Amino acid sequence: MADTTFAYAPAPESRAVVSLRPAYGLFIDGAFTPPTERLITTVNPADEESLAEVSVADEGDVDRAVTAARRAFEQVWSPMPPAERGKYLFRISRIIQERARELAVLESLDNGKPIKESRDVDIPLAAAHFFYYAGWADKLAHAGFGAAPRPLGVAAQVIPWNFPLLMLAWKIAPALATGNTVVLKPAETTPLTALLFAEICQQAELPPGVVNIVTGAADTGRALIAHPGTDKVAFTGSTEVGREIARTVAGTRKKLTLELGGKGANIVYDDAPLDQAVEGIVNGIFFNQGHVCCAGSRLLVQESIAEEVLHRLKERVSRLRLGDPLDKNTDIGAINSAEQLARIRALAQTGRDEGSQDWAPDCELPAHGYWFAPTIFTGVTQAHRIAREEIFGPVLSVLTFRTPDEAVEKANNTPYGLSAGVWTEKGSRMLWTAGRLRAGVVWSNTFNKFDPTSPFGGYRESGYGREGGRHGLEAYLDV
Amino acid sequence: MSEFPVPAAARLPVRKTYKLYLGGGFPRSESGRSYPVTSAEGEPLAHAALASRKDARDAVVAARRAFAPWAARTAYNRGQILYRVAEMMEGRRAQFVQETIDAEGLDTARAEEVVSAAVDRWVYYAGWTDKVTQVLGGTNPVSGPYDNRSVPEPTGVVAVLAPPKSPLLGLVSVIAPVIATGNTAVVVASEPHPLPAVTLAEALATSDLPGGVVNILTGRLAELAPPLASHADVNALDLAGAGERAAELEEAAATTLTRVLRPRPSTDWAAAPGLSRITPFLETKTVWHPVGI
Repeated sequence: MADTTFAYAPAPESRAVVSLRPAYGLFIDGAFTPPTERLITTVNPADEESLAEVSVADEGDVDRAVTAARRAFEQVWSPMPPAERGKYLFRISRIIQERARELAVLESLDNGKPIKESRDVDIPLAAAHFFYYAGWADKLAHAGFGAAPRPLGVAAQVIPWNFPLLMLAWKIAPALATGNTVVLKPAETTPLTALLFAEICQQAELPPGVVNIVTGAADTGRALIAHPGTDKVAFTGSTEVGREIARTVAGTRKKLTLELGGKGANIVYDDAPLDQAVEGIVNGIFFNQGHVCCAGSRLLVQESIAEEVLHRLKERVSRLRLGDPLDKNTDIGAINSAEQLARIRALAQTGRDEGSQDWAPDCELPAHGYWFAPTIFTGVTQAHRIAREEIFGPVLSVLTFRTPDEAVEKANNTPYGLSAGVWTEKGSRMLWTAGRLRAGVVWSNTFNKFDPTSPFGGYRESGYGREGGRHGLEAYLDV
Repeated sequence: MSEFPVPAAARLPVRKTYKLYLGGGFPRSESGRSYPVTSAEGEPLAHAALASRKDARDAVVAARRAFAPWAARTAYNRGQILYRVAEMMEGRRAQFVQETIDAEGLDTARAEEVVSAAVDRWVYYAGWTDKVTQVLGGTNPVSGPYDNRSVPEPTGVVAVLAPPKSPLLGLVSVIAPVIATGNTAVVVASEPHPLPAVTLAEALATSDLPGGVVNILTGRLAELAPPLASHADVNALDLAGAGERAAELEEAAATTLTRVLRPRPSTDWAAAPGLSRITPFLETKTVWHPVGI
């Protein structure tokens, strides 16, 4: 019996709930334009099959979208009684809930993330985010930003591919609740749920121009960020692009919030609850294939328990199931794009070149699509590139420490400051550590938890401003 | 009753050398340079140190070293120290009034008002130190079995370009909110009117404020502001006194994603400031922990 392994039967979620058009136009002023002349193809990263073609907005398209947003801001959305604005957001939240399975399948198709994550995390959180900010619309006088805080105007928003609909919700919900209108550009490789969201806006009978969706690549994003007709720029993505945006916005009237990269430390003390800690380490770095800005990509484990933790960690990782994102039993899906896969491979290679040892479970990668096995590097020092640079993939760097002071020093030894984890059963030690970590989110005895009421955002080069909670309103108010 | 050797009327006064305030000490510029300072009417007043880029870098080092211990002080203790600054200023009132008259060309009554407002501003921010956390932080009702709290924390080292035309009240108005919450500051004083800043430094140095929490540079904005704006160990930049250089400095700050407080077109430094100069120099930290038995 010893060689009999328990096998899972395939349990694929049906694709039938999703109906795709062959080509999509831009969503401007409440309607879809005909597809533009230039199109980009969005593929399923799990098999490289084409899903649909989407338009590439040029400067003229962006200008039309900004003009529509301006008109909607001045004539409709900003003068509207706040309670009515809130009711539109409640409607949107409800429609997201009603169409949740369709959105989840579409998200997994376009992004490559496991259906259990899009179904249980991305989509419910997106709906919750709209529901949360809907309720703020007529209560802004109580938010601590003055008796009658004013909206900014038109917001230009550019979002990444790792949580496409969720990042859209983080951007659009607070902007609309505070009375702004938006032009949003989804990521080049994951535009489809944003285009479905445009349909949802139509179903909710949201006034035309309040939400505009322009698809495209980096040039479209640049045109939107640089457009002089907007009052606000909000960006989630890499620190490198964040710097460029901050330079572009410098000297203008535009208010800027940036949610950028990270290199989160996950500190495991010798008195940590090891079973939970191992689950937390796995969740911290392998959730969403490690395509998470707040991933716990640096494991800092106390030297005395390092061997034990690594043994348990490898056991656990060996049981992760990599494969079809639509299979309900899949833990690790596909890497989002060929470009990202190449970057992960290149950085992992620097780890080997610089003398770290890599380990990955014996798992078969599908023949087609973009795949990278969950990988653990040991023998990593703080000087190694894999300990300093954001990999944005399922690659964990393991470092050790002896004292709490050393743990904190190593954790803070990064230009980033987005997230950190602390594992210990001792409350005073947890609070001591959490107080010293220079990071915007600290998960203690848990990791990668998100909630609309919980402010999220970084210190230092992980960006500025907060999304979520009361704090998230400030980014869209003239204060 | 003994006789003084020289009658007061005939005595030669002892003048003050105006120096930098750096790491708790009062050095001259490492460059050995100084520049003449004149009154609002153009009368020569004194020489001020002409700080160099290296002085600016030394000031950042001093501010960084002072940051963690200052941020770790209790809010109550920081409040006591800020209040002590008000006490020390009150004790030097006559000197501040005279320097304000010289710098701003005000009459005595108006200068008295300016000094009073500057003293009271320290008292105002002394009271904020232990209230900011409750006002801006709180518990977040997440939908799950977790305790979740957000607290404001100081952002780190803040480079402050003080307003040139309000060399005492404007200066206090930009320094006090920065350090009240635990940040440390590198301040470029008013270029044309630096003398009140040096006298303020003397009050700070006798207020139990740890060395390095406030560092004051006198000199040319054009020389000192760019290296501070692009410095990788400066976390935030207050452009209150940047004038026409604001845009280029904001662009320089973008490289290290330094937080920037842009200048307002016109600021009435006498008006009640509220939280407007406190919140730009805070980070929000959110801590999660599971709840269970």
